[in-house]
Amino acid sequence: MKIVATWKKKSLERANFFSASKWHCKQELKLMFKNNLFKAADIISTVEFNHSGELLATGDKGGRVVIFQQEQENKTQAHSRGEYNVYSTFQSHEPEFDYLKSLEIEEKINKIRWLPQKNAAQFLLSTNDKTIKLWKISERDKRPEGYNLKEEDGRYRDPTTVTTLRVPVFRPMDLMVEASPRRIFANAHTYHINSISINSDYETYLSADDLRINLWHLEITDRSFNIVDIKPANMEELTEVITAAEFHPNSCNTFVYSSSKGTIRLCDMRASALCDRHSKLFEEPEDPSNRSFFSEIISSISDVKFSHSGRYMMTRDYLSVKIWDLNMENRPVETYQVHEYLRSKLCSLYENDCIFDKFECCWNGSDSVVMTGSYNNFFRMFDRNTKRDITLEASRENNKPRTVLKPRKVCASGKRKKDEISVDSLDFNKKILHTAWHPKENIIAVATTNNLYIFQDKMN
Amino acid sequence: MGEEEGLRQAQLLDTMFVRGLKRKCFDGEEDIEGTLAGFKAIPSYNLQRQSLLDMSLVKLQLCHMLVEPNLCRSVLIANTVRQIQEEMTQDGTWQMINTQNAGHASLDRLVSTDILCRSSREQTEAKHSPGYSTFPKDFEETQSQDSSEIMSAVSSGQAPRNLQSNMWEMESPQENRGNFQKSLDQIFETLENKSPNSVEDLFSEVDSSYYDLDTMLTGMMSNTKMGHCDVLETFPSQTTTNSNSNCKSDLNELDHIVEILVES
Repeated sequence: MKIVATWKKKSLERANFFSASKWHCKQELKLMFKNNLFKAADIISTVEFNHSGELLATGDKGGRVVIFQQEQENKTQAHSRGEYNVYSTFQSHEPEFDYLKSLEIEEKINKIRWLPQKNAAQFLLSTNDKTIKLWKISERDKRPEGYNLKEEDGRYRDPTTVTTLRVPVFRPMDLMVEASPRRIFANAHTYHINSISINSDYETYLSADDLRINLWHLEITDRSFNIVDIKPANMEELTEVITAAEFHPNSCNTFVYSSSKGTIRLCDMRASALCDRHSKLFEEPEDPSNRSFFSEIISSISDVKFSHSGRYMMTRDYLSVKIWDLNMENRPVETYQVHEYLRSKLCSLYENDCIFDKFECCWNGSDSVVMTGSYNNFFRMFDRNTKRDITLEASRENNKPRTVLKPRKVCASGKRKKDEISVDSLDFNKKILHTAWHPKENIIAVATTNNLYIFQDKMN
Repeated sequence: MGEEEGLRQAQLLDTMFVRGLKRKCFDGEEDIEGTLAGFKAIPSYNLQRQSLLDMSLVKLQLCHMLVEPNLCRSVLIANTVRQIQEEMTQDGTWQMINTQNAGHASLDRLVSTDILCRSSREQTEAKHSPGYSTFPKDFEETQSQDSSEIMSAVSSGQAPRNLQSNMWEMESPQENRGNFQKSLDQIFETLENKSPNSVEDLFSEVDSSYYDLDTMLTGMMSNTKMGHCDVLETFPSQTTTNSNSNCKSDLNELDHIVEILVES
């Protein structure tokens, strides 16, 4: 009897998720640095909450990492938490020049991944195309005062003037957040790194580029193991590249990687040193009625994410989000259309290169809702239980705090209703590629080109 | 203005594609109405398929010079090109549009010769192979070849077919077979960027050719976005693509082409 009652209550909550939820803009954080002029280097390239959700890290095209911290507030209202303020800013990667190939190495941060917190300091991995760095972010709010041989300003005292001795003491000071690079993992990737993923053992991590995946130990920088290599002996035969990779959240021997042909391979590191043979291959057979010259391009997977439970994984291809049960390889268990109205526009999108945009996707903390971005600064959420979905817009007009976001709708064809937007008036330069969901609460971070929006859900 | 044209062209292709694809199989399954409309759509489908092929080739050729191009994107575009090639050879339309393409191929040559010449020069230095051909020459060559050659060039696993007598005969038949494939490979080699033998040579090539390339590219892009149909009309009909002297005559026509570009 008790179990039934709980189930009912839960299903009621789920049913009301989109009707009762009121997403509103919590903050708009403009990441600009000089003279308030927007530069290409300010383009946000990655967004990631840490394991507690207290910290939010962003990386940008200029190689900078900006970390925001959530204010601690009195929990008088259950769903009203503090704002995110800038906690630390540092230059993670600098542009480099590869003299051998006569090519620049971009400093753009491709991915940031947080390590779980073990002590007072925070650690994260950040990577550009070639080099991964482990950063330590630590706070300093005390400093020693009362040295015998040094003045307060640092000048050295003449020892002969010292007549008494004292013990230096720690005195409080303004909080200073310092970021220092603790490890630099370099020279292991010929191609561009697209993913990093920390293993559940918290000792190792993987880095994946277009053709190879390497396994690292966090303490060891001069060595890495190559665990996947899909480079053909003859580059002429290259038809497929690795697009994303991730470790399983619970099994430290399991990881997956996705490809440009729409396949996902699950590998077990216990099987062999080089995991070239997958344990499982996830692939959905193509729908022949939708076949076109662009079929392969739009099937290319741009992101893969395990659910928190580890039972499912989500993949994002150009037009849809798919949820796979790890126990079933031949097709996904759920498919959500993100912007099906673009299917008839594929040639235009191919011409302006938009068809190659790599959208990311994310799970909410309870794995019940998934979110991904689209064009025109739209982002979409899909409730897995009710099968309902919502389209919201991250824009200046919604910026006023506590203004509830209005659901948006795109009119694919025919007569456009009021408040609908026609496909032809979508702005394809305004794309939301990076989104992140707080691990515990209904707070989301959505990155437009150079703005970061934080939305929160107030449930009545 | 060129961008708008290009966008309209692509939008036109969008609608054409949606229609054209459903009529891909011209067999008895279609009803009469569909077949009639299908016949009407045949030339336009081929034209837009050709446009897609041209667009893809331009995309492959125009790589960023200072930053490594995106390998995933290049692979996807190359696969699309292969797919179109395969379909075109199956349809047997490869020969049909030969004359149409002759002019456009020269256009491609203009761009790619400069871009890939640099890399192919690197390749030549690295590999010391005198018979190594640049991409556009391959493109012209493959067009005059038998369609079966293309098939074998495109899918590496297939057994080689009989070669028709080739008026070009610039290289050995074995090399001809792999020409288009090689051109795609060249692009991948460029992407992989094997280190040249001499770093100084590399730098000197960057310095000089890039500067010329810039002006070429600017002229090229506006031409490409004019729409492929317009470009085709601009060129005088080629005398023949199957003559041995075509290579030399093309070189002579380069000046003519440059004049046209400068005018536009």
